[in-house]
Amino acid sequence: MSAPTPTQAIGTAGGDRRRRRGPRTWLAALPLLAFTGLCFGIPLGAIAFGAVTSTDSATGATRLTGEHLARSLQGPYLGSLIGSVQLSALTALTGGVLGVLIAQAVVTSRSAALRGATLTASGVLANFGGVPLAFAFIATVGISGVVTQLADLTGLGWNLYSFTGLTVVYLYFLTPLMVLVTAPALDGLRPQWREAAQNSGASGWQFWRHVGLPVLTPSLLGGFVLLFGTAFAAHATAAALVGGSVPLVTLKIADALSGNVLTGQENVALALGLDMILIAGLVMAVYLPLQRRSARWLR
Amino acid sequence: MAAMTPTVPETDVPEAVPAPRAAAPRAGRRPRPRVWRGAVLALAGAYFLLPLVASFVFTVHVPGRGISFEAYTELLGADGFTESLLLSLGLAAATIALSLLLAVPALVAVRIGSPKLRPVVEVMCMLPLVVPPIALVTGITTVLRWGPEHLSRTPLYQTFIAVQNERFPLVLVLAYTVLALPFVYRSLDAGLRAIDVPTLVEAARSCGASWPYVVLRVLLPNLRGSLAGAAFLTLALVLGEFTIASLLGFRPFAVWIVSISGAQARMSVAVSILSLLITWLLLLLLSRAGTSPSAAASAPVTTSRKES
Repeated sequence: MSAPTPTQAIGTAGGDRRRRRGPRTWLAALPLLAFTGLCFGIPLGAIAFGAVTSTDSATGATRLTGEHLARSLQGPYLGSLIGSVQLSALTALTGGVLGVLIAQAVVTSRSAALRGATLTASGVLANFGGVPLAFAFIATVGISGVVTQLADLTGLGWNLYSFTGLTVVYLYFLTPLMVLVTAPALDGLRPQWREAAQNSGASGWQFWRHVGLPVLTPSLLGGFVLLFGTAFAAHATAAALVGGSVPLVTLKIADALSGNVLTGQENVALALGLDMILIAGLVMAVYLPLQRRSARWLR
Repeated sequence: MAAMTPTVPETDVPEAVPAPRAAAPRAGRRPRPRVWRGAVLALAGAYFLLPLVASFVFTVHVPGRGISFEAYTELLGADGFTESLLLSLGLAAATIALSLLLAVPALVAVRIGSPKLRPVVEVMCMLPLVVPPIALVTGITTVLRWGPEHLSRTPLYQTFIAVQNERFPLVLVLAYTVLALPFVYRSLDAGLRAIDVPTLVEAARSCGASWPYVVLRVLLPNLRGSLAGAAFLTLALVLGEFTIASLLGFRPFAVWIVSISGAQARMSVAVSILSLLITWLLLLLLSRAGTSPSAAASAPVTTSRKES
């Protein structure tokens, strides 16, 4: 009586039921596809369309133009794109290195409690971005922050509302993210491999050079790329923290959208949005294959 | 990198006897990783705890007046606190319901009946990762502007007005669902991978269970952990979301915190700490409920567990 797995068997007994089930399962996926098409596809289309067209307000005529994209790659807008890329690269690199060090310290420790606590804390802290994080840092090392006044950081040249300050804040959620991403990979380095290397006379350095790092490279690169993408897309933290004093593309888009600069900037905002999507798409195009590759060793 | 050499964890290794040649240098090197590990963990602990502790001190210590818990006690009566929090919680509930209602049938369907649709569903769910929220909001504002400009004489216009209702902006639910889909997809996909869906379905169907019964009473209980993980991630996402809501002009929780920060700095920091504690509590509850949602939190890699 048991029905054969529908994907494989082409029997006759259950054919009747299968014919009914086939279209049904297809229908179950339809709402999701329709929803993404509607609520994601249309705004995406609007971005692409608005970024390359220009509508004359007097005549209502719409024409194709590269002017918005060109403007989004000039002057202050280009500066903000470069600023965003620099900040993301710096924070992703620093957060990546720190995250790997912490993950390695936790993975190699024998205390299961330490490990569990660190991974749970990383899960929480990696989600602790945005506005609350910005305020926690303002209270700590802002102008009238607790630590600032205790240690007289201002006298030492510290300024939270700057590129450096933003880097320190971003590391607060990027480092735990890297711990989460790389802990399973470091776990996947089997002790047996290490012993095999040692039994063959390899030094610690040789083990890392020829076994450890090659196995870890896709995970590490994948983690770096994920951190880069996260930092690149972050807006709330920067908005609550620095306002406009650090040139970041997310802040520029928000300014252009809310009409803080000039009216008629919407198309430039769309063009900047398109620039961001292209950069983020590039990042994901690198990340997904790397992630598949790293999963191969971690079974 | 050579300094990172760890000692071999003895847990999984059955009586591994190192070769005599390797034993001597290892014995001499053994203390080093401990020192190194202690230093790394101490520094990391200091960095991650300092803002939390300092923020708490900031909220309770008023210079010149000593310790006071006013920032916390006045919170409940603060103008807009309850409204914005309730709005955020309502948005979160609606987003969780919508994203699960969309994703669960689709993911179950591609597992049991339409494997050809699987790559399509995967790409559709993962694509929002490529679009930063700030870029998505530029698209949404453009589309919303079409309402008054082009559609004012069609019935669709009423829809445009309705989704932007101040009291419960459905447009935010739609946008948040798009943002949440990648996380929901990953969490559910990991859960479905862990159970043998075709066998369960066939067993239940052979016993005469109806399709709704199969999904509700057989599959969903098996997915409890990943459903909880997906719900947690969505909740955290919606409670903390600032970009889309503020640019569309609505005022949920995160936007409210920013709006009071100028006048009541202490209270905005107090709320920030509370929101972290709430997130922490939810995560702990969920990790009790089954699988560890932190594993599915932000990284697909972390869902692949070591089996050895």
